[in-house]
Amino acid sequence: MEEPRNDDRAVGSMRTWEAAVAVAFLVFGSIVMWDSRRLGASWASDGPQAGYFPFYIGLIIFLASMANLVRAFMMGPKGERPFVTVSAMRMVLTVMVPSVIYVALIQNPVYSLGIYEASAIFIAAFMRVVGKYAWPMIVAVSLGVMTVFFLMFEVWFKVPLPKGPIEALFGFQ
Amino acid sequence: MQEINSLIGGFGVALTWFNIMLMLAGVTLGVLIGVLPGLGGANGVAILLPLTFSMAQQPGGATSAIILLSCIYWGALFGGAITSILFNIPGEPWSVATTFDGYPMAQKGQAGQALTAAFTSSFVGAFIAVVMITFLSPIVARFALQFGPPEFFSVYLLTFCAFVGMAKGAPFKTIAAMMAGFALASVGIDTVTGQLRLTFGFFELLKGFDFLIAVIGLFGIGEILLTIEEGLVFRGAQAKMNMRVVLETWKELPKYWKTSLRSSIVGCLMGIVPGGATPASFMAYGVAKRVSRDGPQFGTGKMEGVVAPETAAHAAGTSALLPMLTLGVPGSPTAAVLLGGLLIWGLQPGPLLFVEKPDFVWGLIASMYLGNIAGLIVVLTCVPLFASILRVPFSIIAPVILVICAIGAFTVHNSMFDVWLMLVFGVMGYVFKKLDYPLAPLVLALVLGDRAEDSFRQSMLISQGDMTLFFSKPLVGGITTLALLLLFWPLISMALAALRARRAVD
Repeated sequence: MEEPRNDDRAVGSMRTWEAAVAVAFLVFGSIVMWDSRRLGASWASDGPQAGYFPFYIGLIIFLASMANLVRAFMMGPKGERPFVTVSAMRMVLTVMVPSVIYVALIQNPVYSLGIYEASAIFIAAFMRVVGKYAWPMIVAVSLGVMTVFFLMFEVWFKVPLPKGPIEALFGFQ
Repeated sequence: MQEINSLIGGFGVALTWFNIMLMLAGVTLGVLIGVLPGLGGANGVAILLPLTFSMAQQPGGATSAIILLSCIYWGALFGGAITSILFNIPGEPWSVATTFDGYPMAQKGQAGQALTAAFTSSFVGAFIAVVMITFLSPIVARFALQFGPPEFFSVYLLTFCAFVGMAKGAPFKTIAAMMAGFALASVGIDTVTGQLRLTFGFFELLKGFDFLIAVIGLFGIGEILLTIEEGLVFRGAQAKMNMRVVLETWKELPKYWKTSLRSSIVGCLMGIVPGGATPASFMAYGVAKRVSRDGPQFGTGKMEGVVAPETAAHAAGTSALLPMLTLGVPGSPTAAVLLGGLLIWGLQPGPLLFVEKPDFVWGLIASMYLGNIAGLIVVLTCVPLFASILRVPFSIIAPVILVICAIGAFTVHNSMFDVWLMLVFGVMGYVFKKLDYPLAPLVLALVLGDRAEDSFRQSMLISQGDMTLFFSKPLVGGITTLALLLLFWPLISMALAALRARRAVD
């Protein structure tokens, strides 16, 4: 495990994040209301229109997030607490960034690896970079886990997953 | 005693070698899921749900499928206690109260006793809840047969208002999260008019948001992000479990029968109400602390302080299935995922299920008895094994869990878009958790959104848009009034407190 440098600076205060999320909800509620109005949110000759129910949902989201926004600014000293520290944020990104690359590797317009190869690479890379394991251990774990998954999904439960070049060699399509 | 006959028939359905094997496999998987960070009951069941699609197609397969999934749920409930007691990490929100006395017991070297007490009282709580389900659910189902769309809508309303009224946090956050769930549920093709709602021309949004993806992202990925932030070192107590410890603890447990009974009743009552398991465990702990002679010593490692919350949490977690089966209204996120499973297998949960698929219903109820016995045996014998899994370094566990989540998300609809969506929901789950936006109402709204909207529209068609329909008859009016009372409960309790304070000043 990489020794995380202790960096207690905050990435935004609680208040900032509370307000930001409340605003995000406000925008979301507005979009829902706007689209429901477009469809018709009133009463037609044959009953309620398609936007009738969602319109009020959007309205409630809007009103509730207004209240949350006001509360965010009335938090007092509690609002000054850090939402997340820099070092904690770095830990979160060590998981999030490789995950995004991993999902992109499974299937993309350029060269898709399939879920098994991408997963094996993901586990191996994570073990190497974060856990500093020796290669024999890494190869054993990543290949072992993926072999078990392959048997479970393709062979026993017959649930097809995206496959890549290696499976194609063995005739699995 | 028609129920007894039905139950015996149910045992006939559940007691095949295949089903018993599924029970053991389900419970073992469930405990594993409950122990691992990032894999709770709800998203564990969500990930494994696609594996049952083909199983449920075979005759009688739906019963086997629900046995497998519900046993995963029992296993996860048991597993929560292991992490709470040995590692002071509550695996599920309702195991928080178990850490109060469980972890101090483990620190005193009584981990084995604490675990035995926790598992046994879990079993007792679940057993009492299953007995209640056996006798109460046919009555509720018969009663609910008379329900029309307005009654169903008022029950949905009650479900969601209960979340607002019982939530510990800010009520407006609960409302915002819940309504976001409803809004996400309405994305896609409107089932009545065929119009496209909230798709904005994106082809991927046509089929709407699947709640399984939301569950895997919000609970799975979000939980991993939270865990890794806290530094990931599990420092756990060692558990010595052997027959002698188990038997000695069992000798001591009957002393607490009053606590058990009280906690079971609290659990059963609260479990029927959505989101009830967590408050039930805290309430049972609080009541036991007040009533017990050892009350002041609670928190220092008293066995009674483990018995009370565990019994209540399991009773509540089990009785959450009663409204799911009889009314089609799940009481917890995991029950919601199970309900989603029933719908995917082509079974309509609700009162008609008892009439049309008695084999399925009674097979499931019988499997609850058997599954909990299987669960007790598995956890009592395999604790060291499960505890050792938590000692596997996080740099191995984390990527494997992420891979499992990705595969689970993909298999729901064989779509890569869903895997991306899972990551987005994961970040959402992380931020929401940190800001105390509750996730359970969001997921429940996402599951029930279409059904709630349908019943609302049908009611409005009956009354031609007149809202007073929801107060027109005693039954529907009563449920609606109760719902509104719960909705405004935070305000009412604030007003009551203010009144009391003023009286105290006078």
